[in-house]
Amino acid sequence: MIRVEDLTVALPGFTLEDIQLQVAAGEAFALLGPTGAGKTLLLEAIMGVIPVHQGRILIDGRDVTGLPPERRRIGIVYQDHALFPHLNVEENIVYGQRYCAGPLPDLEALIQRLGLKPLLARRIHSLSGGEKQRVALARSLAVAPSVLLLDEPLTALDPNFREDLRDLIKTLHQDTGITLLMVTHDFAEAHFLAQRTAIMHHGRIEQVGAVETVFNRPETAFVASFVGMKNLFPAVIEGDSAVIGGVRLRCRNPGGGFRSIAVRPENVGINRQPKDALRGNQLTGRLRRILNRGFYADILVDVDGVPWHAIDSRRDLDRSAVAEGETVYLTIAPEDIHLIRDGSEGETHKTGR
Amino acid sequence: MNASLHNSTQKTGGRLAMDPFWGLALAATTVITAFILLPLVEMVVQPSLQDLVDSWRDPDVLRAIGMSLYTAGAAALISLIFGTPFAYLLARKSFPGKRLVESVVDLPIMIPHPVVGIALLSLAGRHHWFGRILEAFNIQIMGTVTGIVSVLTFVGLPFYINAVKTGFESIPPRLETVSRSLGASFSATFVRVTFPLAWRSMLVGLIMCMARAVSEFGAVVIVAYHPMVASVMIYERFTAYGLKYSQPVAVGLILVCLVFFLLLRWVSPRKASVL
Repeated sequence: MIRVEDLTVALPGFTLEDIQLQVAAGEAFALLGPTGAGKTLLLEAIMGVIPVHQGRILIDGRDVTGLPPERRRIGIVYQDHALFPHLNVEENIVYGQRYCAGPLPDLEALIQRLGLKPLLARRIHSLSGGEKQRVALARSLAVAPSVLLLDEPLTALDPNFREDLRDLIKTLHQDTGITLLMVTHDFAEAHFLAQRTAIMHHGRIEQVGAVETVFNRPETAFVASFVGMKNLFPAVIEGDSAVIGGVRLRCRNPGGGFRSIAVRPENVGINRQPKDALRGNQLTGRLRRILNRGFYADILVDVDGVPWHAIDSRRDLDRSAVAEGETVYLTIAPEDIHLIRDGSEGETHKTGR
Repeated sequence: MNASLHNSTQKTGGRLAMDPFWGLALAATTVITAFILLPLVEMVVQPSLQDLVDSWRDPDVLRAIGMSLYTAGAAALISLIFGTPFAYLLARKSFPGKRLVESVVDLPIMIPHPVVGIALLSLAGRHHWFGRILEAFNIQIMGTVTGIVSVLTFVGLPFYINAVKTGFESIPPRLETVSRSLGASFSATFVRVTFPLAWRSMLVGLIMCMARAVSEFGAVVIVAYHPMVASVMIYERFTAYGLKYSQPVAVGLILVCLVFFLLLRWVSPRKASVL
């Protein structure tokens, strides 16, 4: 179990402010956020490599805030694997065992499990990226840490290795029941590996919750844009409708002061003909741009000066045969319109997706 | 230079005319290489074999070369002991005034050598509080081995610290972090991770520091004419007896420096093999 209470870290040029975080025993938790959000810094504070100015860090109920890293029993796997280049695979794996007072895990089984048996005598620089990460995993697990931190463990790998290692981490977590705290900037990775997530931005945690919840019900404009809700507009909310410019949209208002709306592009339907007797919202706009993204197309539609993004699978697009410059009709179901409390457009996350 | 020449002809397939710059560069290379090698070669071949053998049988010459090596070695050892933790601090931590401290380390490289000797002597003089402390401990600077080692450490230390600092900087701090997370203490991490990855640059630093110390003359001659080191002896023989008598000693010193140079080429990291 990891518990971070009121943590503040102040470094020249960057601060982590008032971080609250709880990772239950055996849970897999993902810290998400763009580059520079402070995710790695938070990991390093938990490990004990950077000084903490305020707050407490507890591992399995034990206050480790003042302890040096070697007495915290926290394992780490870095993006760049950080294997000791002067030692071979086996020497790397057993490196920490001499310091281990408690019962050691079955090393033989661990090596077998990670498929490292044939690599034991190899030099580090002769390994592939995926092999290096497996050795780094084995090295940290060989000392039976209380928790395991993963700092973007998949980012540096080729796509095919990435899936293998992702599956391996998943099954390792399921089998060993170790508490996992991972840092990633990839929502899909978090979705696959973690049960809960925290979205970090500018050294603060914006939202914590089950991955599904954060994905489907973002609370802030930043989180909405981070989870891919590209249609993020300031709006005036009046009862069960949202007004953007001159357009009124029906939505579901649970009550509260909302200032913007967020809609996933995949929830925006696009048609050449207006649909009659429509239950939801229909917007009339001019198709500005179609960007071919391979399996799907990114479509930009101008509705009264507001740029709406829609995603359509290429097949649908071919069938409806819309072209740039045409008048099109967008359909949006009221339940797909998410109401957001803040509306600071400048703070949103610009994804390349 | 040769590699660039080769590249440029390859890129153009050897058919296009070479830029006149490469001709100029080739000429410059020839001139510089000759400028360095000619005087050295001349000096080594000019004394007859008999002269060389005679002077190397001379106990004074042997003692002077031995004194050079002994004092330079002592300076390198002191640099190792004090310079290593200092270099680690500079490589790993940032603190206010770090740039200033780094410039201070480099100062001995810039200061004219006799000035180094004069500065140390004035500090150790009887009129200075530091000199009185030294006197209380019965430590003499003027005309002693202690004095020679002091100035040699002064001029050699920057070379050791800079080489080792670069070595430490090339080791990713994450390796040390991982080692700590696996249960190794700070000192165990230094012994098992940092040192095995840094010893080459420490050795390079030692050799550079020692080579610099062996070649020192200006600072030594101010602080201690006697006991005589090789560089002072060469100067003495030159002024007292002329070129011919100073040459055999100089050849001996060149050979010693050559050994250092070869050692340095041999242990220098060929490429960054840390990651």
